Amino acid sequence: MARRSAPEVNAGSMADIAFLLLIFFLVTTTIEVDSGIASKLPPPLPPETKPPLIKEKNIFQVVVNAENRLLVEDADMEIGDLTDAAVKFLDNGGGTLPQNSCSYCRGDKDPESSDNPKKAVISLVNDRQTSYKMYLAVTNELVRAYSILRDREAKRLYNETFSSMTNRFAEWPATEKENNPEYDELEERIKKVQELFPRNLSEAEPQNRE
Amino acid sequence: MSKFKKKKNSEVPAVNTASLPDIVFMLLFFFMVATVMRDDELQIENQLPQANQVEKLAEKKKVVTIYIGKPSPNFTKQYGVTEVIQLGDKISPITDVRTYVDTKRNAMDEDVKDEMMVSLKVDQNSQIGILTDVKQELREAMALKISYTSVEGDPLRNLKN
Repeated sequence: MARRSAPEVNAGSMADIAFLLLIFFLVTTTIEVDSGIASKLPPPLPPETKPPLIKEKNIFQVVVNAENRLLVEDADMEIGDLTDAAVKFLDNGGGTLPQNSCSYCRGDKDPESSDNPKKAVISLVNDRQTSYKMYLAVTNELVRAYSILRDREAKRLYNETFSSMTNRFAEWPATEKENNPEYDELEERIKKVQELFPRNLSEAEPQNRE
Repeated sequence: MSKFKKKKNSEVPAVNTASLPDIVFMLLFFFMVATVMRDDELQIENQLPQANQVEKLAEKKKVVTIYIGKPSPNFTKQYGVTEVIQLGDKISPITDVRTYVDTKRNAMDEDVKDEMMVSLKVDQNSQIGILTDVKQELREAMALKISYTSVEGDPLRNLKN
Protein backbone atom coordinates (compact mmCIF):
# COMPACT_ATOMS: atom_id res chain seq x y z
CA MET A 1 0.00 0.00 0.00
CA ALA A 2 1.28 3.36 -0.92
CA ARG A 3 1.40 5.64 2.03
CA ARG A 4 -0.59 8.77 1.49
CA SER A 5 -0.42 11.67 3.86
CA ALA A 6 -3.83 12.88 5.00
CA PRO A 7 -4.81 16.14 3.32
CA GLU A 8 -4.52 19.16 5.61
CA VAL A 9 -7.72 20.80 6.74
CA ASN A 10 -7.94 24.37 5.64
CA ALA A 11 -7.96 26.49 8.75
CA GLY A 12 -8.37 29.78 6.95
CA SER A 13 -11.93 30.29 8.17
CA MET A 14 -11.05 29.62 11.79
CA ALA A 15 -10.52 33.32 12.35
CA ASP A 16 -13.97 34.10 10.99
CA ILE A 17 -15.64 31.66 13.33
CA ALA A 18 -13.70 33.00 16.28
CA PHE A 19 -14.60 36.55 15.31
CA LEU A 20 -18.25 35.64 15.17
CA LEU A 21 -18.14 34.22 18.70
CA LEU A 22 -16.09 37.17 19.90
CA ILE A 23 -18.58 39.68 18.58
CA PHE A 24 -21.43 37.77 20.19
CA PHE A 25 -19.75 37.93 23.60
CA LEU A 26 -18.74 41.55 23.12
CA VAL A 27 -22.34 42.51 22.50
CA THR A 28 -23.89 40.49 25.32
CA THR A 29 -21.34 41.37 27.99
CA THR A 30 -22.43 43.67 30.76
CA ILE A 31 -19.86 43.82 33.48
CA GLU A 32 -21.83 43.86 36.71
CA VAL A 33 -21.01 46.42 39.36
CA ASP A 34 -20.29 44.70 42.63
CA SER A 35 -19.26 47.53 44.89
CA GLY A 36 -21.24 49.95 46.96
CA ILE A 37 -21.51 52.04 50.10
CA ALA A 38 -22.58 49.70 52.85
CA SER A 39 -25.08 50.98 55.34
CA LYS A 40 -27.30 49.65 58.09
CA LEU A 41 -30.94 50.52 58.62
CA PRO A 42 -32.29 50.90 62.13
CA PRO A 43 -34.72 48.16 63.14
CA PRO A 44 -38.40 49.11 63.22
CA LEU A 45 -39.39 50.85 66.42
CA PRO A 46 -42.34 50.03 68.61
CA PRO A 47 -45.00 52.72 68.12
CA GLU A 48 -44.67 54.68 71.34
CA THR A 49 -40.91 55.06 71.66
CA LYS A 50 -39.56 58.35 72.75
CA PRO A 51 -36.52 59.59 70.86
CA PRO A 52 -33.39 59.46 73.01
CA LEU A 53 -32.27 62.72 74.50
CA ILE A 54 -29.25 64.08 72.71
CA LYS A 55 -27.68 67.42 73.47
CA GLU A 56 -28.01 69.96 70.71
CA LYS A 57 -24.26 70.41 70.52
CA ASN A 58 -23.71 66.72 69.86
CA ILE A 59 -25.78 66.82 66.69
CA PHE A 60 -24.34 67.80 63.35
CA GLN A 61 -27.28 68.76 61.21
CA VAL A 62 -27.01 68.25 57.45
CA VAL A 63 -30.01 69.19 55.33
CA VAL A 64 -30.31 68.67 51.58
CA ASN A 65 -33.20 70.41 49.88
CA ALA A 66 -35.08 69.75 46.66
CA GLU A 67 -32.69 71.90 44.64
CA ASN A 68 -29.76 69.81 45.87
CA ARG A 69 -28.46 72.65 48.02
CA LEU A 70 -26.69 71.82 51.24
CA LEU A 71 -27.39 73.37 54.63
CA VAL A 72 -24.96 72.40 57.37
CA GLU A 73 -25.54 73.59 60.93
CA ASP A 74 -27.84 76.34 59.61
CA ALA A 75 -25.31 77.67 57.14
CA ASP A 76 -24.97 77.26 53.40
CA MET A 77 -22.10 75.01 52.40
CA GLU A 78 -20.50 73.60 49.27
CA ILE A 79 -20.23 69.83 49.20
CA GLY A 80 -16.45 70.00 48.85
CA ASP A 81 -16.18 71.39 52.38
CA LEU A 82 -18.51 68.88 53.99
CA THR A 83 -15.93 66.25 54.92
CA ASP A 84 -13.66 68.74 56.65
CA ALA A 85 -16.56 70.18 58.61
CA ALA A 86 -17.70 66.70 59.67
CA VAL A 87 -14.18 65.69 60.71
CA LYS A 88 -13.86 68.87 62.74
CA PHE A 89 -17.15 68.17 64.46
CA LEU A 90 -16.44 64.51 65.25
CA ASP A 91 -12.89 65.12 66.38
CA ASN A 92 -13.75 68.10 68.56
CA GLY A 93 -13.62 66.39 71.95
CA GLY A 94 -15.09 69.32 73.86
CA GLY A 95 -16.19 67.26 76.84
CA THR A 96 -14.70 68.52 80.11
CA LEU A 97 -16.15 66.08 82.60
CA PRO A 98 -14.09 62.92 83.10
CA GLN A 99 -16.86 60.61 81.84
CA ASN A 100 -17.28 62.34 78.51
CA SER A 101 -13.85 63.70 77.73
CA CYS A 102 -11.94 62.33 74.75
CA SER A 103 -8.28 61.49 75.18
CA TYR A 104 -7.48 60.75 71.54
CA CYS A 105 -9.27 63.67 69.89
CA ARG A 106 -7.12 66.30 68.27
CA GLY A 107 -9.83 68.88 67.60
CA ASP A 108 -10.33 72.40 68.90
CA LYS A 109 -12.06 71.33 72.14
CA ASP A 110 -14.77 73.86 71.37
CA PRO A 111 -17.36 73.69 74.19
CA GLU A 112 -20.10 74.53 71.65
CA SER A 113 -19.37 71.45 69.54
CA SER A 114 -19.45 67.70 70.22
CA ASP A 115 -18.31 66.21 73.54
CA ASN A 116 -16.69 63.09 72.13
CA PRO A 117 -16.99 60.91 69.01
CA LYS A 118 -19.09 58.30 70.77
CA LYS A 119 -21.77 60.85 71.52
CA ALA A 120 -21.52 62.81 68.30
CA VAL A 121 -24.34 62.13 65.88
CA ILE A 122 -24.56 63.26 62.30
CA SER A 123 -28.14 63.79 61.29
CA LEU A 124 -28.97 63.81 57.60
CA VAL A 125 -32.31 65.19 56.45
CA ASN A 126 -33.33 64.94 52.81
CA ASP A 127 -36.17 66.22 50.79
CA ARG A 128 -38.13 63.70 48.75
CA GLN A 129 -37.15 65.58 45.63
CA THR A 130 -33.43 65.45 46.29
CA SER A 131 -31.69 63.66 43.46
CA TYR A 132 -30.06 60.35 44.21
CA LYS A 133 -26.64 61.41 43.01
CA MET A 134 -26.60 64.32 45.45
CA TYR A 135 -27.82 62.08 48.25
CA LEU A 136 -25.13 59.53 47.52
CA ALA A 137 -22.42 62.18 47.25
CA VAL A 138 -23.39 63.59 50.66
CA THR A 139 -23.48 60.13 52.22
CA ASN A 140 -20.14 59.37 50.62
CA GLU A 141 -18.55 62.52 52.03
CA LEU A 142 -19.87 61.81 55.52
CA VAL A 143 -18.65 58.21 55.42
CA ARG A 144 -15.31 59.56 54.23
CA ALA A 145 -15.07 61.71 57.38
CA TYR A 146 -15.39 58.58 59.50
CA SER A 147 -12.84 56.74 57.36
CA ILE A 148 -10.30 59.55 57.73
CA LEU A 149 -10.58 59.50 61.50
CA ARG A 150 -10.53 55.71 61.74
CA ASP A 151 -7.49 55.56 59.50
CA ARG A 152 -5.73 58.05 61.72
CA GLU A 153 -6.47 56.18 64.94
CA ALA A 154 -5.60 52.80 63.43
CA LYS A 155 -2.31 54.25 62.24
CA ARG A 156 -1.56 55.60 65.69
CA LEU A 157 -2.44 52.38 67.54
CA TYR A 158 -1.39 49.66 65.11
CA ASN A 159 0.68 51.44 62.45
CA GLU A 160 -1.70 50.31 59.73
CA THR A 161 -4.58 52.19 58.14
CA PHE A 162 -8.10 51.08 58.95
CA SER A 163 -8.92 50.48 55.31
CA SER A 164 -5.92 48.20 54.92
CA MET A 165 -7.01 46.28 58.03
CA THR A 166 -10.55 45.76 56.74
CA ASN A 167 -9.20 44.75 53.34
CA ARG A 168 -6.93 42.17 54.91
CA PHE A 169 -9.84 40.95 57.01
CA ALA A 170 -12.13 40.56 54.03
CA GLU A 171 -9.55 38.76 51.93
CA TRP A 172 -8.47 36.32 54.62
CA PRO A 173 -8.47 32.81 53.13
CA ALA A 174 -11.52 30.95 54.37
CA THR A 175 -9.57 27.84 55.32
CA GLU A 176 -7.31 29.67 57.78
CA LYS A 177 -9.94 31.38 59.88
CA GLU A 178 -10.51 28.74 62.54
CA ASN A 179 -8.36 29.01 65.65
CA ASN A 180 -6.02 31.46 64.06
CA PRO A 181 -4.76 33.94 66.66
CA GLU A 182 -3.67 36.41 63.97
CA TYR A 183 -7.16 36.49 62.50
CA ASP A 184 -8.81 36.96 65.87
CA GLU A 185 -6.41 39.72 66.73
CA LEU A 186 -7.18 41.56 63.53
CA GLU A 187 -10.88 41.28 64.20
CA GLU A 188 -10.33 42.61 67.71
CA ARG A 189 -8.36 45.57 66.41
CA ILE A 190 -10.96 46.48 63.83
CA LYS A 191 -13.66 46.42 66.50
CA LYS A 192 -11.58 48.64 68.74
CA VAL A 193 -11.03 51.30 66.11
CA GLN A 194 -14.71 51.18 65.18
CA GLU A 195 -15.58 51.80 68.81
CA LEU A 196 -13.36 54.86 68.94
CA PHE A 197 -15.28 56.41 66.07
CA PRO A 198 -18.66 54.68 65.81
CA ARG A 199 -20.60 55.55 62.67
CA ASN A 200 -23.56 57.40 64.18
CA LEU A 201 -25.17 58.49 60.98
CA SER A 202 -28.84 59.08 61.51
CA GLU A 203 -31.32 59.62 58.73
CA ALA A 204 -34.56 61.31 59.46
CA GLU A 205 -37.55 60.61 57.27
CA PRO A 206 -37.51 62.95 54.36
CA GLN A 207 -39.88 65.81 54.46
CA ASN A 208 -41.45 68.04 51.94
CA ARG A 209 -40.92 71.52 53.13
CA GLU A 210 -43.35 74.09 52.00
CA MET B 1 23.12 47.84 -11.99
CA SER B 2 20.60 45.75 -13.73
CA LYS B 3 21.83 42.78 -11.80
CA PHE B 4 20.68 44.32 -8.52
CA LYS B 5 17.40 45.57 -9.85
CA LYS B 6 16.36 42.14 -10.91
CA LYS B 7 16.68 40.76 -7.42
CA LYS B 8 14.36 43.29 -5.86
CA ASN B 9 10.74 42.29 -5.74
CA SER B 10 8.68 45.42 -6.21
CA GLU B 11 5.53 43.92 -4.58
CA VAL B 12 5.11 44.13 -0.79
CA PRO B 13 4.86 40.62 0.66
CA ALA B 14 1.52 39.76 2.23
CA VAL B 15 1.41 39.85 6.03
CA ASN B 16 1.21 36.40 7.50
CA THR B 17 -2.22 36.07 9.12
CA ALA B 18 -1.74 32.58 10.47
CA SER B 19 -1.65 33.85 14.07
CA LEU B 20 -4.77 35.96 13.73
CA PRO B 21 -7.06 33.18 15.02
CA ASP B 22 -4.86 32.88 18.10
CA ILE B 23 -5.21 36.55 18.89
CA VAL B 24 -8.94 36.48 18.35
CA PHE B 25 -9.29 33.37 20.50
CA MET B 26 -7.40 35.07 23.26
CA LEU B 27 -9.83 37.98 23.21
CA LEU B 28 -12.73 35.56 22.99
CA PHE B 29 -11.63 33.67 26.08
CA PHE B 30 -11.20 36.90 27.98
CA PHE B 31 -14.75 37.96 27.25
CA MET B 32 -16.14 34.52 27.94
CA VAL B 33 -14.51 34.47 31.36
CA ALA B 34 -15.35 38.07 32.23
CA THR B 35 -18.98 37.85 31.17
CA VAL B 36 -21.61 37.59 33.84
CA MET B 37 -24.99 36.91 32.38
CA ARG B 38 -27.58 39.30 33.71
CA ASP B 39 -30.25 37.64 35.81
CA ASP B 40 -32.76 40.37 35.37
CA GLU B 41 -33.87 42.04 32.19
CA LEU B 42 -33.99 45.72 33.03
CA GLN B 43 -37.15 47.60 32.18
CA ILE B 44 -35.95 50.85 33.71
CA GLU B 45 -33.12 53.26 33.20
CA ASN B 46 -30.35 52.37 35.58
CA GLN B 47 -27.22 54.40 35.42
CA LEU B 48 -25.35 54.01 38.68
CA PRO B 49 -23.64 56.99 40.32
CA GLN B 50 -20.01 57.14 41.42
CA ALA B 51 -18.65 57.00 44.96
CA ASN B 52 -15.25 56.45 46.51
CA GLN B 53 -16.06 54.96 49.91
CA VAL B 54 -17.18 51.70 48.37
CA GLU B 55 -16.88 48.23 49.81
CA LYS B 56 -17.12 44.98 47.94
CA LEU B 57 -20.53 43.43 47.89
CA ALA B 58 -21.11 40.11 49.64
CA GLU B 59 -21.17 36.88 47.66
CA LYS B 60 -23.85 36.63 45.06
CA LYS B 61 -25.92 34.09 46.92
CA LYS B 62 -26.33 36.46 49.84
CA VAL B 63 -27.43 39.44 47.77
CA VAL B 64 -30.93 40.55 46.89
CA THR B 65 -31.13 43.29 44.29
CA ILE B 66 -33.75 46.00 44.02
CA TYR B 67 -33.68 48.37 41.06
CA ILE B 68 -35.12 51.86 41.08
CA GLY B 69 -35.35 54.25 38.16
CA LYS B 70 -37.53 55.78 35.51
CA PRO B 71 -39.13 53.29 33.10
CA SER B 72 -37.28 52.88 29.80
CA PRO B 73 -38.84 54.53 26.74
CA ASN B 74 -40.54 51.25 25.75
CA PHE B 75 -42.40 51.06 29.03
CA THR B 76 -43.42 54.67 29.64
CA LYS B 77 -46.85 54.05 28.14
CA GLN B 78 -47.53 51.35 30.68
CA TYR B 79 -45.81 52.68 33.77
CA GLY B 80 -45.58 56.45 33.33
CA VAL B 81 -42.50 58.60 33.63
CA THR B 82 -41.90 58.76 37.37
CA GLU B 83 -39.56 56.43 39.24
CA VAL B 84 -40.65 52.84 39.70
CA ILE B 85 -39.28 49.80 41.49
CA GLN B 86 -38.18 46.71 39.64
CA LEU B 87 -38.07 43.45 41.57
CA GLY B 88 -36.64 40.50 39.71
CA ASP B 89 -37.54 41.07 36.11
CA LYS B 90 -40.78 43.00 36.44
CA ILE B 91 -41.83 46.40 37.64
CA SER B 92 -43.74 46.08 40.90
CA PRO B 93 -45.60 48.28 43.35
CA ILE B 94 -43.97 49.28 46.62
CA THR B 95 -46.20 46.92 48.58
CA ASP B 96 -44.48 43.92 46.97
CA VAL B 97 -41.06 44.76 48.34
CA ARG B 98 -41.56 43.03 51.66
CA THR B 99 -42.90 39.84 50.13
CA TYR B 100 -40.11 39.80 47.57
CA VAL B 101 -37.38 40.13 50.19
CA ASP B 102 -39.00 37.49 52.39
CA THR B 103 -39.31 35.07 49.49
CA LYS B 104 -35.69 35.59 48.53
CA ARG B 105 -34.58 35.12 52.11
CA ASN B 106 -36.52 31.91 52.49
CA ALA B 107 -34.88 30.54 49.37
CA MET B 108 -31.41 31.08 50.83
CA ASP B 109 -29.34 28.52 52.69
CA GLU B 110 -29.97 28.46 56.41
CA ASP B 111 -26.47 29.62 57.33
CA VAL B 112 -26.41 32.71 55.14
CA LYS B 113 -29.91 34.00 55.94
CA ASP B 114 -28.62 36.35 58.60
CA GLU B 115 -26.00 37.78 56.31
CA MET B 116 -28.43 38.70 53.59
CA MET B 117 -27.65 42.03 52.00
CA VAL B 118 -29.92 44.16 49.88
CA SER B 119 -28.21 45.87 47.00
CA LEU B 120 -30.05 49.02 45.97
CA LYS B 121 -29.33 49.87 42.37
CA VAL B 122 -30.78 53.32 41.98
CA ASP B 123 -30.53 55.42 38.85
CA GLN B 124 -28.44 58.48 39.54
CA ASN B 125 -31.03 60.90 38.20
CA SER B 126 -33.98 59.65 40.18
CA GLN B 127 -35.45 61.44 43.16
CA ILE B 128 -34.99 59.75 46.49
CA GLY B 129 -38.59 59.83 47.68
CA ILE B 130 -39.26 56.32 46.43
CA LEU B 131 -35.93 55.09 47.83
CA THR B 132 -37.03 56.22 51.27
CA ASP B 133 -40.28 54.28 50.94
CA VAL B 134 -38.30 51.20 49.96
CA LYS B 135 -36.03 51.62 52.95
CA GLN B 136 -39.04 51.82 55.26
CA GLU B 137 -40.35 48.57 53.76
CA LEU B 138 -36.94 46.94 54.22
CA ARG B 139 -36.93 47.95 57.86
CA GLU B 140 -40.30 46.32 58.32
CA ALA B 141 -38.99 43.21 56.58
CA MET B 142 -35.97 43.21 58.92
CA ALA B 143 -33.60 43.38 55.96
CA LEU B 144 -31.29 45.88 57.59
CA LYS B 145 -28.03 45.38 55.75
CA ILE B 146 -28.12 47.45 52.62
CA SER B 147 -25.65 48.69 50.07
CA TYR B 148 -26.01 51.63 47.73
CA THR B 149 -24.43 50.02 44.73
CA SER B 150 -22.22 52.47 42.92
CA VAL B 151 -19.30 52.59 40.53
CA GLU B 152 -15.94 53.42 42.00
CA GLY B 153 -15.04 56.99 41.10
CA ASP B 154 -15.30 60.57 42.22
CA PRO B 155 -18.78 61.39 43.60
CA LEU B 156 -18.40 65.08 42.91
CA ARG B 157 -18.16 64.38 39.21
CA ASN B 158 -21.77 63.16 39.23
CA LEU B 159 -22.98 66.53 40.29
CA LYS B 160 -21.31 68.50 37.58
CA ASN B 161 -23.49 67.30 34.73
